[in-house]
Amino acid sequence: MSKLPNAQTLAKSINYAFPSASWMDVKPVFNPGSFCYPAKEETMAGLGMPHPHTWNPAEEDWNLPENWEEIMYNTLVDKLEKFRSFKVFMDICVRCGACADKCHFFLGTGDPKNMPVLRAELIRSVYRRDFTTAGKLLGKLAGARKLDKNVIKEWFYYFYQCTECRRCSLYCPYGIDTAEITMVARAMLHEVGLGTHWIMDPVSNCNRTGNHLGIQPHAFKEIVEFLCEDIETVTGIKINPPFNEKGHEILFITPSGDVFADPGIYTFMGYLMLFHELGLDYTLSTYASEGGNFGSFVSANMMKKLNAKMYAEAERLGVKWILGGECGHMWRVITQYMETMNGPTPSNMSVPKSPITGTVFHNAAATKMVHITEFTADLIKHNKITLDPSRNDHRIVTFHDSCNPARGMGLLDEPRYVLKAACNNFVEMPENTIREQTFCCGGGSGLNTEEIMELRMRGALPRGNALRYVQERHGVNTMACICAIDRATLPPLADYWAPGVTVTGTHELVANALVMKGEIKRTMDLRQDDLPDAEE
Amino acid sequence: MYNAKYIWPGIILFVVVFTSPFWMNMGLGKYERPAVALPLTEKYCVESREFMAAEHMQLLDYWRDVALREEKREYVATDGTSWTISLQNTCMSCHANKVEFCDKCHNANGVDPYCWDCHVEPRGNN
Amino acid sequence: MLFSLLAVIVLGGIAWLVAPNMPGFFGIILPYAAVLVFLAGFVWRIMNWAKSPVPFRIPTTGGQQRSLDFIKPARLDSPFTKAGTIGRMILEVLLFRSLFRNTKAELKDGPRMVYWSSKWLWIFALIFHYSFLIIFIRHFRLFLGVDVLPFCLEAIDKVDSMLQVGIPRFYMSDALILAGLLFLLCRRLFDYKIRYISLPGDYFPLFLLLGIAGSGVLMRYFMKGDIATVKTFIVNLVSFGPISASGLPPIFFLHLLFISTLLIYFPFSKLMHMGGVFLSPTRNLPNNSRAVHHENPWNPPKKFHTYAAYEDDFRDLMDEAGLPLEITPEEAAARAGAAKE
Repeated sequence: MSKLPNAQTLAKSINYAFPSASWMDVKPVFNPGSFCYPAKEETMAGLGMPHPHTWNPAEEDWNLPENWEEIMYNTLVDKLEKFRSFKVFMDICVRCGACADKCHFFLGTGDPKNMPVLRAELIRSVYRRDFTTAGKLLGKLAGARKLDKNVIKEWFYYFYQCTECRRCSLYCPYGIDTAEITMVARAMLHEVGLGTHWIMDPVSNCNRTGNHLGIQPHAFKEIVEFLCEDIETVTGIKINPPFNEKGHEILFITPSGDVFADPGIYTFMGYLMLFHELGLDYTLSTYASEGGNFGSFVSANMMKKLNAKMYAEAERLGVKWILGGECGHMWRVITQYMETMNGPTPSNMSVPKSPITGTVFHNAAATKMVHITEFTADLIKHNKITLDPSRNDHRIVTFHDSCNPARGMGLLDEPRYVLKAACNNFVEMPENTIREQTFCCGGGSGLNTEEIMELRMRGALPRGNALRYVQERHGVNTMACICAIDRATLPPLADYWAPGVTVTGTHELVANALVMKGEIKRTMDLRQDDLPDAEE
Repeated sequence: MYNAKYIWPGIILFVVVFTSPFWMNMGLGKYERPAVALPLTEKYCVESREFMAAEHMQLLDYWRDVALREEKREYVATDGTSWTISLQNTCMSCHANKVEFCDKCHNANGVDPYCWDCHVEPRGNN
Repeated sequence: MLFSLLAVIVLGGIAWLVAPNMPGFFGIILPYAAVLVFLAGFVWRIMNWAKSPVPFRIPTTGGQQRSLDFIKPARLDSPFTKAGTIGRMILEVLLFRSLFRNTKAELKDGPRMVYWSSKWLWIFALIFHYSFLIIFIRHFRLFLGVDVLPFCLEAIDKVDSMLQVGIPRFYMSDALILAGLLFLLCRRLFDYKIRYISLPGDYFPLFLLLGIAGSGVLMRYFMKGDIATVKTFIVNLVSFGPISASGLPPIFFLHLLFISTLLIYFPFSKLMHMGGVFLSPTRNLPNNSRAVHHENPWNPPKKFHTYAAYEDDFRDLMDEAGLPLEITPEEAAARAGAAKE
């Protein structure tokens, strides 16, 4: 890992001047810190991935299988036949450049191949040569080139500098979605045995243990019980959440990062406190203990394989519907893929209906899965919970829309509704950086790994800058989010670009404000930091 | 083919619109250039026939400008003939029928000059 | 860039020098072939796209979803209904909705990232496309072999020339299409980002369209032929009773050859965005996949690590932790014993 320069130096180093040579003649340099570590051979083999092998991006030879050209060609044909999106997006780009400065990685690196249009051209050029008449006849003149080993390296380099955030797609006059293209490119790379450790390891864990972190069932229970002890310390209330129990109304699934990693755990505690206060008839599952889906960063089939557990567990436990926690790509999968892939839902499930308010979630009639902020916003609207927002008065809060709920779901106002009820001081970041125009945290789609920290901080520049703006102007000291990856990636982002801002989940703030029956006087928040007016 | 119920109507609409120049003329028979009523006596206009067909609007515009703004009433043609600049007295003395001469060609080609906003329309001798 | 310019110049040279001497080919055979290639090629491309399914419902949501009653959904930017989706497509196709969002990002000292609203591309793209549409419609006065043209054609002509400048009256769309094309070209040449990504296939259509519009302008205002003769030729051409094109001015052949080239080039180029925009799954689908089933025709069978396998892996640990089990360790042991025998 290379040493991370300070924020000023890094910002100064961004050079938007392009090389004079054609992009086809410029090759990426695999310096440490510019690439994710490769997946281990046994991980890939264990998952039945094709051509598992040992390789190192920094080395010249990546040990590709002998018939890699054939594999790549066949996979490309397969993807073109299966995905109209990909096929159309290969053909209709006019290179108007509207997407160019919409990508956080371009803004943070100045590398022309991080412009979405050029990222797509990396694969489009190969497509042209093999699948268009002009490309076959005119070659480079028609923007076509042969797929060689250097191109594969280039793909690995740049398609792991895309977080599939879809910001470019919003501005594209034809809706060309780089996430679709990145998904295809990564799927192709996986076909010749190239994957990254940070993605394949969680996938492997999730497959076997039920969650990305590889927490085994007994350990999962222990950790949750440990969090319950903390809740008792803060509130005086003892909670015993049910695990793997049949016969409850609701199955609750959230990313395992919330169970395991600071500051996600406070959000998880928030969920448990809310459910306890409501007397909600729910259960957790250790088998389906992962809301996130790193399989979605591998291939459609891997996404399906991991996601299938949710409905399978809902069927086994006999629940009526599923409540989902705060997570970004989890909700992209649930919204746009889950029911298509693994539906129809088991017969024991029905259209979600809040047992507290009676609200029927018709918008989730097919997936039968409700987002926790939809659920909580509905509670607040119906005055079913008591919140004391003054407990969050020492916080000036802003909200980071994660890419997937924003542009792959349209979940924008629900978390704001909840936050405004739980906090008195709420400030929005500049309008070009929020809601559907939100910027990535720099670590989505499996890029939230340490070895590329400098790259992440570069990608985090637009978000960090917007945060710094409201920090300086409005004194913002807390950034709320609804994503477990954000909770892992935003703290280093804030430390780097806007030091002094704390990152929280939305339900952490809800739980801090939540007035619970029989609770002791709160003197500290869930992090066990003293509340400012505690001495009075 | 997938989503055929949306795509077929789209394709049909596209083909119908972009072939419209071809089918809109169906049944109209062979197209002849509009037969304008030529003067019975004169064989030669102010300038050559080709020039007049392509550039008459320019000539008329020029005539108007010099007659009204410079009060110049003489035009010497390419062949040296001298003409009095006057729509009423020169042009219309031969082309005496707007409907049979001007309109024929203008209507067919979608041209709508504003000569007659000021000038009296010639209606022929009958 | 130079290659594309050269290609258009060579085409122009052929039209000017060769075409008037081969009126049969350049006046009749080529235009027919071009229209045929255009229609067949376009339809083939659409069918080719349509052959691939849309396995997942992946709209890019540009606004609030429909969820709770008290939260106002973005009916057009994040449509839930078919009507909303049609509305979104209309906005996209007719008004370039997405391009309207365009911003320009700039990194200033500080560091400070600033976003400017940037609508130039949007407005000039609209100007170009609508001018093109109006000019296309205007040309129907030369396609229709009737004595008196329908009112709508006259009306468009009147509005387009309402400035009443010059003789023949100047069409605003002529100037606007050239302005639009020149803006798009200048962007490509002078914005370093766009220049870096531009291919010959991006310049060629611009030069070709400049050639088409330019030759049209020349023909109308500066190098006039007899319009009645031209129309006689065109109407008989489109009525499938072509008459000889000999004697028509070279500028007409230039115009015609450029258009023929455009028609032939169109289906095999990025210009197919005209058809493709309708098939873009991030725009033409409602954001309702949580409420309504979306079918994937190639959905593979479910293969996943089942709960039974999971419990087999962790049964003893789960038992110790007091987690409920489907099969107790004792039962499992008994079954394993039975299987051995």
